Amino acid sequence: MAAFAGRTTKQALLRAKPAFVNQKATLVSLRGKNGKKVAWLLGSLAVGGGTVVATALAQPAFASDLVLHPPKFPWTHNGHLAALDHASVRRGYEVYKQVCAACHSMKYLCYRNLVNVIMTEDEAKAEAEEALVEDGPNDAGEMFERPGKLSDHFPDPYKNDEQARAANNGALPPDLSYIVLARHGGEDYIFSLLTGYSDPPAGVKLMEGQHFNAYFPGGAIGMAQALYNEIIEYSDGTPATQSQLAKDVATFLKWAGEPEHDVRKLYGFRALIILSFLIGVTYYMKRHKWSVLKSRKLAFKPPSYK
Amino acid sequence: MLAESLLSLPSPLSISIWWNGGSILGVLLGFQILTGLFLSMHYTADMVNTFSSVIHIMRDAPMGWLFRNLHANGASLFFVFMYLHVGRGLYYQSYISQPRTWMIGVTILFVSMGTAFLGYVLPWGQMSFWGATVITNLLSAIPYLGPSVVEWVWGGFCVGQSTLNRFFSLHFILPFLIGGLSGLHLIFLHEKGSTNPLGDLNHVSKIPFHPYFTWKDMVGFLVLFTMLAILGFFYPTILGDPDNFIHANPMVTPVHIQPEWYFLFAYAILRSIPSKLGGVIALVMSIAILYFLPIAGAKGAVPSSFTPPYQVTFWVLVVFFIILTWLGACPIEEPYLSLAGPLTVLYFLSFLVLVSLPVLWKKLVLF
Repeated sequence: MAAFAGRTTKQALLRAKPAFVNQKATLVSLRGKNGKKVAWLLGSLAVGGGTVVATALAQPAFASDLVLHPPKFPWTHNGHLAALDHASVRRGYEVYKQVCAACHSMKYLCYRNLVNVIMTEDEAKAEAEEALVEDGPNDAGEMFERPGKLSDHFPDPYKNDEQARAANNGALPPDLSYIVLARHGGEDYIFSLLTGYSDPPAGVKLMEGQHFNAYFPGGAIGMAQALYNEIIEYSDGTPATQSQLAKDVATFLKWAGEPEHDVRKLYGFRALIILSFLIGVTYYMKRHKWSVLKSRKLAFKPPSYK
Repeated sequence: MLAESLLSLPSPLSISIWWNGGSILGVLLGFQILTGLFLSMHYTADMVNTFSSVIHIMRDAPMGWLFRNLHANGASLFFVFMYLHVGRGLYYQSYISQPRTWMIGVTILFVSMGTAFLGYVLPWGQMSFWGATVITNLLSAIPYLGPSVVEWVWGGFCVGQSTLNRFFSLHFILPFLIGGLSGLHLIFLHEKGSTNPLGDLNHVSKIPFHPYFTWKDMVGFLVLFTMLAILGFFYPTILGDPDNFIHANPMVTPVHIQPEWYFLFAYAILRSIPSKLGGVIALVMSIAILYFLPIAGAKGAVPSSFTPPYQVTFWVLVVFFIILTWLGACPIEEPYLSLAGPLTVLYFLSFLVLVSLPVLWKKLVLF
């Protein structure tokens, strides 16, 4: 970055203006033609050597690496200016609701968050009303249950963590609101995990209730394979293959963790356009103000003693 | 006085873009205070609700996600420019020509590091909690008083509610201390005037600060805001840790605890020394060594511009710094551990070479 800034402003790295370097000093500095080459050579050797050492040391496999890293998938929202695939987000919500919600909470999401992203306001109200939410106390001091409202958070499948553990062989299903951001690999990891179940390799013993998944740290995961071909039927008629289900729910979870994703990129694009214009104008003004100083010529006129 | 400092201040004609760092840091400090102020309006320093309050900022507060993204990434950029600023001072031996300015600057660096650490604890994610636990525990290395000091800092028997409360208070107030110190930094700077690439203060040519450097600084500010926009809008989580999206849990230790990238070189130095006290001393000295440069650097030394070995040593030090930063992020296993030790020695040795070279060069080559 610094080198780029230096080049674009036509100033070599950390170099004094040649016009101000006195001749005697230049003889012993690295600013001569050869001296500069030597300086760059030494610098390049130091940086290159460091990089080679770092890369070489990063090659061996270590105990901490005994986990399969997910590959990078070409998500459509990966582009710098690309929005989320909202059809996929909508289908992903269907997967979450019909498959994941049985065990996993999304406690930071409200039904109002679904409006104009996954469904209309009326549909979201109807969706919320399907859930029974504990409220109260009423005038008699009793807690009561009522149909959900837009402002309600998604209901938790369990009353508390202990109940969740008791129902899942001691494993606590994590909340999914920020699961994409809270895992190395993000949505790549989620997709790989959901499609990465297999029989344990020879020599790997699993405890009762555990399943093998090479993408899960340690390999033994409490969650059984949840996604199979046609396990649900999409409302838009998309064939519900395992990979389609995994892709859609990963996209939905990406949106859940970053609901501002699309707006953020849009604002970023606008900000960059404005800032580029301002940089151009300001840089021009800076050059304009400095032009007199930059183009002046200094000459030494020896005194005449005649 | 303001006009003298900002408009008619005689400034060296020859200073390059490396002299833009100070003004950029000043603007960034103001920006951090402002975004922090807005965040504090929605933040709750309560162990149970803190994590939720940050999520509330991200999801419900109007443009809260933007303020948080800019504030969090602004801290990273603050250290980018801080290191560039210190690097420029080191390269051009500002510690010789401007010793008092340098001393105040190192203090600002220390206070900034403390402020950034305190801020990192506030979201109360897993890495916040465990980072606070690891770093505050370093104080236990103090002979005799260590355990008492740690509990005094915690305000209890572990990192908890009292710790969070006081960290929030300190994180709010310390930037103003940095602002005050920056004022002192400027006063001392203007006493003699800025250094320049030639390395002496007998400036042959000076120009008024305005309009030349006001326009030049404005370009720098806009470049800063562009960098902030790129990070805040397009890659807001690239410099963070996924573990910090998980609510702090004292019962579950993350597999790999590591600080933010700007502390990694010091973290690698800390881990490279087997003794706890030795590690803590080395950690502090990795920055505090900058205090000794004005004392060790000889006044009659040849400026670095005319001392090629000094320039090479500086860049070698930069390479050591980068490798140490990388090592700080690596797991605690071989060969990273073995590599960190010699690099720590070389890091400190580089400073010794830096302060010795200009004098030796003068004796050996020039005169």
